[in-house]
Amino acid sequence: MALVELRNVTKIYHLGGEEIRALDGVSLDIQAGEFISIIGPSGSGKSTLMHILGCLDSPTGGTIQLDGVMIQDASPRQLAAIRNRKIGFVFQFFNLLPKLNVLQNVELPMIYSGVSGKERRQRAMKALEAVDLSNRSKHRPSQLSGGQQQRVAIARALVNDPRIIFADEPTGNLDSHTGEAILALFRKLSTEGRTIVLVTHDPEIAAVTPRRIEIRDGKIADKVDERLAGLDRPLPTAPAAATV
Amino acid sequence: MNLLNTIIVGLKEVWAHKFRSLLTMLGIILGVASLVAMAAIIKGMENGMKEAMIAMGGADKVLLQDQDVPPYQEHLADEAPGRTMTDVNALKHSATLLPLISPEMAVSGVTLTYGAKAVNPSECVGVWPAVIDMNLHTLEYGRFFTDLDEEYANPVCVIGTGIRDDLFGAPEDVGHEIVPIGEMIHINGQPFTIVGMFAHYESEKEKREEALEKARGPQKLSGPARRRGWGKRGGWAFWRKNYTVYMPLNTAWVRFRSAAGTNNMPDPHLTDIDIKVAGMDELEPALQQARNILMLTHHTIQDFNFQTQENRLDSINQQIRNARLSGGIIAAISLLVGGIGIMNIMLASINERIREIGICKAVGATGLAVFTQILIESVVIALVGAGLGVGASYGLVGLLESITPSANVPVITRLALIVAVAFSAAVGIVAGLFPAFKAARLNPIEALRYE
Repeated sequence: MALVELRNVTKIYHLGGEEIRALDGVSLDIQAGEFISIIGPSGSGKSTLMHILGCLDSPTGGTIQLDGVMIQDASPRQLAAIRNRKIGFVFQFFNLLPKLNVLQNVELPMIYSGVSGKERRQRAMKALEAVDLSNRSKHRPSQLSGGQQQRVAIARALVNDPRIIFADEPTGNLDSHTGEAILALFRKLSTEGRTIVLVTHDPEIAAVTPRRIEIRDGKIADKVDERLAGLDRPLPTAPAAATV
Repeated sequence: MNLLNTIIVGLKEVWAHKFRSLLTMLGIILGVASLVAMAAIIKGMENGMKEAMIAMGGADKVLLQDQDVPPYQEHLADEAPGRTMTDVNALKHSATLLPLISPEMAVSGVTLTYGAKAVNPSECVGVWPAVIDMNLHTLEYGRFFTDLDEEYANPVCVIGTGIRDDLFGAPEDVGHEIVPIGEMIHINGQPFTIVGMFAHYESEKEKREEALEKARGPQKLSGPARRRGWGKRGGWAFWRKNYTVYMPLNTAWVRFRSAAGTNNMPDPHLTDIDIKVAGMDELEPALQQARNILMLTHHTIQDFNFQTQENRLDSINQQIRNARLSGGIIAAISLLVGGIGIMNIMLASINERIREIGICKAVGATGLAVFTQILIESVVIALVGAGLGVGASYGLVGLLESITPSANVPVITRLALIVAVAFSAAVGIVAGLFPAFKAARLNPIEALRYE
């Protein structure tokens, strides 16, 4: 059984009386351990798909099974619990809390899952070590570079040991060199067995992932646009060291 | 998310915007401070009033008073005997529940003279020795009246210190205590020997005034010394007590009343019959007993009634209640305004933090967790404000004391503190409800996109 099974998922928005089909009958399987990129031009519905996959939003129709649980009709409370325990998010703008230091930011998901203070600290430090930032645990996000901030965000996504990680344009706000390092970090995580879904419109990033899904007008395209998916580039072989 | 953590986050939030938080709290601080200080002042007032009441004879004192006969006895009005020694003797012999009966026969329009000096006493009364226990007097110098004084209607008197001050000189003026025992003064022209003098009665307030004057040292007067009327001498009850002149009951009767009635007839009426009951819980049976006896001596004409100090206590309590109510309403309005301030700032604060709330929701915060967090932040602001307000109230009371050192001492009561803090917490909760609800309802996607 796949980790994620989407069956005929639709999402319809009503905007000023006009019906917008952001997702139109999407069916998709994601296996555990896969490293996937969802690509598509802006407005194609890829963000909507990620929100629904990430339990931030509920579909209008269709069924979603995540880790053996049907979630299309889950209450906001249940969705929050799923986001907390099974899903990790990495955002384009890092989305760290500016008032908390790095360690506290990484601890945040565990606070909501009711982990005790001591264990929280241990696990947060471990996650920071995994992204090579344990020496910055007392810094504020504003004292870190963009790449470092994104690594903190990745540590936060990892800390509750989620079944799947969603990254929405994780390099969109970084310079190309730093972006590559972040991608290398994702590849490293992938080789460690994490399931990772990258959402991007950047072919260079899509080129990193073994599997690519293109969304076009709310549907999964039959054939991936090779230029958009970065298929004209070679797949990198060895994960580079994650230094920023 | 555990509570302690949320509270710490709330405190951090308060600390992060120190000035803004302080302004927000100001309403609560002022509300709490005014509530506590107001309660303290009223408590002080209450203490002062109760002190005065006790100076007038305590709560177990009952006055037997004249009253007009009831309408159905109108035709018997001329037969009404009024209060006389017959009543006193009957009560003394038959009313077993009344340990103390004190008849008083006042002499009105009295002037006391000593040499060229004269004074009008607050009361000049013929009494039994029972009056000492009845009116809670302390005889500090000399003696009180003996049975022989009573029997022979001796021209002796016991005076209060006020009389002494006016006729012989006050210790503040002459520098030492004058004890005029054995001196002869004239009461309305009749010679009397002073055989005793009471202690100087003063309220707590007066004592404080005196201590203050001592601390200030002698003050230079820009003109001749003036007496500022009885207001200066502390409470009315204390002034009245210090300007008392007592003589044996028979003395008053024989020397002043024997021709005081209509057509120079003797006037046997007593001005007061005070009785004391054995205990407050026996008040009702004791009064019933006294009523039964007096119905006999008055031939069933109801020209008397009992006035208990309970009535006075009731009226004091009523005044205190009124003062509390009006003060409480003002403080409550102030706290309410403080609450509106908190709600306002919480709304602004969650608007500022929409993105943060979105992040928290994305990493798994439930609506309830967000709701609790905002609510607790609001309560934290209110409670920190209340804490500061309690501190401020101590400062305020201290300030009041130093500005008006002679007034009744304000007393901060624990109840007032508890009420103020509890009310602030309630205000914090109510003010936080709407912002917390709003924050909890935020859609995580929109919140994350919010710029």
